[in-house]
Amino acid sequence: MDLFEYQARDLFAKHGVPVLAGEVVDTPEAARGAAERLGGRAVVKAQVKIGGRGKAGGVKLAADPDDAVAKAGQILGMDIKGHEVRKVMLAQTADIAEEYYVSYLLDRANRTFLAMASVEGGMDIEQVAATKPEALAKIPVDAIQGVDKDKAREIVAAAEFPQDVADQIADVLVTLWKAFVAEDALLVEVNPLIKSGDGRVIALDAKVSLDANADFRQPDHAALEDKAAADPLEAAAKAKGLNYVKLDGEVGIIGNGAGLVMSTLDVVAYAGERHGSVKPANFLDIGGGASAEVMANGLEIILGDPSVKSVFVNVFGGITACDAVANGIVKALELLKSKGEDVTKPLVVRLDGNNAEEGRRILTEANHPLVEQVDTMDGAAERAAELAAAK
Amino acid sequence: MAIFLTKESKVIVQGMTGSEGTKHTRRMLASGTNVVGGVNPRKAGTTVDFDGTEVPVFGSVKEAMEATGADTTVIFVPPKFARDAVIEAIDAEIGLAVVITEGIAVHDTAAFWAHAGAKGNRTRIIGPNCPGLISPGQSNAGIIPADITSSGRIGLVSKSGTLTYQLMYELRDLGFSTAVGIGGDPVIGTTHIDCLKAFEEDPDTDLIVMIGEIGGDAEERAAAFIKENVTKPVVGYVAGFTAPEGKTMGHAGAIVSGSSGTAQAKKEALEAAGVQVGKTPSETARLARAKLAGGAGA
Repeated sequence: MDLFEYQARDLFAKHGVPVLAGEVVDTPEAARGAAERLGGRAVVKAQVKIGGRGKAGGVKLAADPDDAVAKAGQILGMDIKGHEVRKVMLAQTADIAEEYYVSYLLDRANRTFLAMASVEGGMDIEQVAATKPEALAKIPVDAIQGVDKDKAREIVAAAEFPQDVADQIADVLVTLWKAFVAEDALLVEVNPLIKSGDGRVIALDAKVSLDANADFRQPDHAALEDKAAADPLEAAAKAKGLNYVKLDGEVGIIGNGAGLVMSTLDVVAYAGERHGSVKPANFLDIGGGASAEVMANGLEIILGDPSVKSVFVNVFGGITACDAVANGIVKALELLKSKGEDVTKPLVVRLDGNNAEEGRRILTEANHPLVEQVDTMDGAAERAAELAAAK
Repeated sequence: MAIFLTKESKVIVQGMTGSEGTKHTRRMLASGTNVVGGVNPRKAGTTVDFDGTEVPVFGSVKEAMEATGADTTVIFVPPKFARDAVIEAIDAEIGLAVVITEGIAVHDTAAFWAHAGAKGNRTRIIGPNCPGLISPGQSNAGIIPADITSSGRIGLVSKSGTLTYQLMYELRDLGFSTAVGIGGDPVIGTTHIDCLKAFEEDPDTDLIVMIGEIGGDAEERAAAFIKENVTKPVVGYVAGFTAPEGKTMGHAGAIVSGSSGTAQAKKEALEAAGVQVGKTPSETARLARAKLAGGAGA
């Protein structure tokens, strides 16, 4: 989960990374009080989870509280690369002498963590990496040993930070590592980390991404979720414990196993190329078990999506044999009927694997008017796309 | 001969007395796996009956190894306790640790991986968040259904469980030497490259099927490895062409970040290394079938 800058800044402050005072508001009028408390002059920054907000006009300097109201009014409601600005952060202004860059991230390839640091901060770091790779130091960090003062000095030396800020940056690196570990982060990034006119090193921006798998020991993280931005279907699926991602197509997808479902989306998209350009409407993995109840919950979410025109249920019977899955589908349809839900969209079902023939027989006998069986994944995708295109 | 797991493997199960552990220990035994013990410090000294097979429970991995000569452990313990369980297995210097558990925090996986390195990498780690591995007819360490395929001369390595099953099933008449599910997390122990290397060296494997998915650059690195080091035919499949940027698709590691980790880039890298990549799982199976029929030179 990516955080907003103000949330990331709060985490930095909590762990002792130097930040400037700031307040987050969601109306222009609230910006007045915030600016007053910050001393009148303030930077007004759009809170969006996407880079490039400065260039898009999402960061403005306000000279006084009245101006803060005006600037907040201009920024709130802006669309920055498809992200609506619903909050702005007002922050103390800083006198910037130098802009640096530091981050910790997961290095998947080397299965460890990585510190990245550069004296060339303030711009897109991917651009620095591409055009001036020598200006970006990359130092592996052992997951157990972490970053102590010595390791921090090694990073400072590798990035060739100037002597006058070396100690301060080393301190920032140690506290930033503490934040990275304590919060179970996948990324902590400061860009820019500045030297102010009076020689202080301060994190002027904050980017943090958190590991959802660590939620069991991070009870505070649930509150950081951006509920307003969540798709209502995704929120409903999450409440039912389903692994669902909303997409913008017409063929609803249910399958078991993340890889098989990803593959199903692709196969439906290929079939769609021949049938009115229909696309998959969602990702939904009901897991290896594929019980009737989970199947019913999944169907309920997908049939509740107004853009869905047909549904493709793609199950491989491995641990759970296909006869159990077929019974699950039949019961799921009964369950939906008993809840008063009108199932009107066609379902294409493909069962393969253990006891596939028995599973198919169960569905054939149930003879549900909307259920159609196709024995292969490619053929079923073709049929589901065709049905969606015909609607 | 198969890779990593053979009929000689002596398997213990950490978390055997939990519900998943019990269910899958029964399945492993039924498919002929030599399960010699379980580990649970609170139930040490007891035995568990699996349809007539009594399996002893030990207090630690070390005790289980000393008593049984176990060389493989399958780990089912919940995410919260997984880090300690894997570290215990590493400290006992068991040869192979298969981590089935889904939902382990990345900092925990990175920590046990670093620990394995500090201990001289004496333990091969497969997973986490994986279905394990099977050498059909010999042994089955994990949750892969044993009855969907037969033994044969195809080696398979995959990030995904059900896609593995799908390919195993489609090619069941030809059969597999070993199928390895390496897991869908961002940090995993054994990689595509480790498996490619082992299959290349395995005299009982004639063809390799490699299944990848979005996220990271493991497939690109595997492609580079194939180009330089693999002489056996490799057929590939990549899932996730339609996945939107920035969304996690089920597996914690399956995410396209900016322009990196896309299925297209992986497919192109594999094709540039001479790997035929199927557009769908079924097409991939057909490609594998044609390659095998054409002999090693096809």
